[in-house]
This record gives sequence, structure tokens and C-alpha cells, in this order.
Amino acid sequence: MSEIPQDLRYTKTHEWVMQNDEGTLTVGITDHAQALLGDLVFIEAPEEGTTFQEGDDSAVVESVKAASDVYAPVDGEVTASNEALSDSPEIINSDPYGDGWIYKIKPEDAGAFDTLMDADAYREMVEEEEH
Amino acid sequence: MGKRTPLYDMHISQGARMVDFGGWDMPINYGSQIQEHNTVRSDAGMFDVSHMTVVDLTGDKVREFLRYLLANNVDRLKDKGKALYSCMLNEKGGVIDDLIVYYVDDTFFRMVVNSSTREKDLAWIKKHAANFDVKVNVRDDLTMIAVQGPNAREKTHLALGSETAEQLKDTAVFFIKFVNDSNMGEIAIARTGYTGEDGYEIMLPKEHASTFWAKLAEQEVVPCGLGARDTLRLEAGMNLYGSDMDETVTPLEAALGWTVAWEPEERDFIGRQVLEQQRQQGVENKLVGLVLEDKGVLRNHQKIFIDGLEGGEITSGSYSPTVGKAIAFARVAANIGNTCKVEIRGKQLTAAVVKPPFARNGKSCI
Repeated sequence: MSEIPQDLRYTKTHEWVMQNDEGTLTVGITDHAQALLGDLVFIEAPEEGTTFQEGDDSAVVESVKAASDVYAPVDGEVTASNEALSDSPEIINSDPYGDGWIYKIKPEDAGAFDTLMDADAYREMVEEEEH
Repeated sequence: MGKRTPLYDMHISQGARMVDFGGWDMPINYGSQIQEHNTVRSDAGMFDVSHMTVVDLTGDKVREFLRYLLANNVDRLKDKGKALYSCMLNEKGGVIDDLIVYYVDDTFFRMVVNSSTREKDLAWIKKHAANFDVKVNVRDDLTMIAVQGPNAREKTHLALGSETAEQLKDTAVFFIKFVNDSNMGEIAIARTGYTGEDGYEIMLPKEHASTFWAKLAEQEVVPCGLGARDTLRLEAGMNLYGSDMDETVTPLEAALGWTVAWEPEERDFIGRQVLEQQRQQGVENKLVGLVLEDKGVLRNHQKIFIDGLEGGEITSGSYSPTVGKAIAFARVAANIGNTCKVEIRGKQLTAAVVKPPFARNGKSCI
């Protein structure tokens, strides 16, 4: 069973979202998603200042097997991008919820985080998918 | 639920992630495809390839039959046990399948063909075999395990035990040997493979598959899935049937011209006429290797642009763990130069056109 931290929020498309003190959200892909993709070899993360609507293609993660889109979990503007992934995409495999974060986004609606799926709901969804 | 090989339970117990592969439930990896890939380049890995089809051909005219059936010439096989890689063509020169044929003795050749093409291959072989009184015996009683890597042979010898290993000692590259094993009975071991590394492909009775797999694991031969098998063969410059060639292309359009035996001129093989014409007129498209110079990953069906014009598509693309860059085979216009563009998500990235292999015997060739 994959790891699903209790304090994060999630999307149906397997992104995780963390709330930061300065009002931004950090976005990455879940442990479940990285395990399905396998060894990651290329990440295309968004540039600072890019704006997204919820559900937009915001980044691409590519494993040896396949390319997969990362969707914006909320409307907002990118404030930081994880540059370390450019040379070491495999960080996402080894530490999906830590050093493997992909970008930070300032949400248009400060309350957007609370509307996302919580850990219990995401766990239930993943378990259903696996059966 | 798909078909299962005799090693299915073994794969599950070793943590394999299973996928459907042409109707078979096969392991794609056991955790990390890249680690499995690197293990084969540096040590020894094993693959369950028992979904492939082993066909024994026997009869007085079996050599004559194969001279007609295959684009490569079995008369190149002078020594017993020697293997030959060949395409089997239809009358239009299209590739029905690619295969390995082993010369066992003058009335017995063994062939290994792909699993996805099994039914049409067998129908085609049987149809033509009848004219030569050749008996076609499909060996579904056998399992095939490939052990590949610089340490593959040594570890296989340890797993087999000294009595059997002794019989294998002088097996040359691209030869098969039938040996008697006190536990498994008659097994066939070929020094062939699909990775660009030294190693064996072992054909053994089904009922001994799990025990032997476990013995290889005891020698720290690492189980590897179809994922690693694909990146290894791509690096080694080996075509994959269904991706890099099929019945719509000839060997000359699939970088397999070297497998067509033109001499002697009087040898009539299926597809020869069309190939001769194409050889004289030249081909419009050919299969080349690509190395992506920009960052990204090459994938099957991405479009190729030559001097601003669309001029082909990728037939097999992936990330190469050994080279550290994305590599591919692409079928392109024959006038392609040293570089081209590949369209990836709307952007045109630069790729160098190269002659495969990309990597062999543990090292990058790029």
C-alpha cells in the first residue's frame, strides 16, 4: 500500500497539495502515482509567473514507460519551480512528498485548499482503483 | 485474465508488476526498470520469455524448406548448433515475423518466433512445410528463460551444477547446445539473446521452470521485466516486431538489409522478387537511430521533421539508462542528414541521426 500523508490534500488525478505558511500551495504527485509510473527520467516543470486554471496541464512527468500530465489543483500563479528535478527527476520516486515537490502556486482563492479531497477520501479512491 | 507462463506465481511472489502483453500476463518490472536494466549491463539478469514460441522442424528436406521460407540463407549455417537471425517474408516482401533458427542436425532445425505473431506464423510455416514434407512441432511443453549480462553464463553454470555446466563450457557465441541435466532431463541452451550482452537463452521442460528460476535467484541473478528487456534491446540496436517492422515494410526499410542473403542469385525465397526491385530502385524510407540532444523523452509515433517538412515517425523511443539520453529508432525519408527535429508536445526538439547500436557490452557507443 502506498503512503498517503494525513495532513495533505489530494486530487482525483493523483496530485498532492500542501498548504504553506506564506499562503502558497506546494504541488507534487503522490506515492501511488510515482509507483505506477516507475522510474522518472524527465520533468517539465512550469516557469515562475505562469498562471493556471484548475485542471490545466501544469507540468509533465515522464518515466521510462510513459509521459503523464500533472494538472493544476487550483486556479493560481506559479511562485516557484523545483529546479533540482531537471537533473535528478528520480527524486520524485525516492521522496514524492518531500524533495520531489514540483512547483508552488499562489491560489486565486485563499480557501481553495479546503475544497480539495482529504487523505481519507483519496485513500478510498486509490483502494477502489486497485480492485 | 490473460494466459500465464509456468513462472507466473514466481513473478507475483517476487513483487512483479504485471501487465497484459499480447494476451499474456507478464512482468513489466519488479520495482525499478532502470535498476534491472543496469544489472543486465553490469552483472546478470533473468527474463521469463516463455510466451515466445519454440517450433521444431524435422524432415529430410528441412534445409531446402528453410532456404525457401527465409530471407536469410540457412546455408550460412555450416556447423551444427549454429544460429541464424532472419526475417520471414510474404510475397510482397513484407515482414511476417523475425526469428532465430538453430541448425541442430541435417534433419532438425529449431526456430523461435514471436508470441504476438504466433498463429499467423504457424499457419504460414505449416502451409509451406507441407510441400517439403517437413513436420512442424510446436514445443508448448517448454519454458524459455533468458539469462543475460557479463556474469550471466558463470552464474547459470553455478545454478545448473558442475555436471551440466561441464557440457556447456565451450558453447560459442550464437550456438545452441542440447545437454542432459540429471534433474531436468534434456535442456537446450543457446548463447543468444536480445540485450546486447553475453548470456544464454535456456529452453527447459515446463515443470522445472520455477525450480530453476529459484536456483538462478540463489546465484543472485536478478529478475527483470519486459520494461528492461525493451530498453536493453533498443540500446543494442535490435528491432521489435510490430513496432519497428511489420507486414507493410520490407527488411530494406527496417534496417535489416544485412539479414537478406542475395547470394546465390538462383536461390528462390518468398519475397525475393519485390526485394530485388526495391534494391535496384532504392528505398524511399529507412530506419535510423536518433539521440535527442535537447531534454525530453522520445516516444513511439512522435513525428520527425527534416528541413521543416514532415519526414517520418519514431517506431521505438525511450530513455536510455546507459547513454543517459533519450534514444529511438525512426522510419524516415531516405535523404535524411545528420540531424532532424522531433515534435514533442508541440515543440520541435533537435535529434542527432546515428547508426545503432547505442550501447553494447556494458558501454555506451554514442
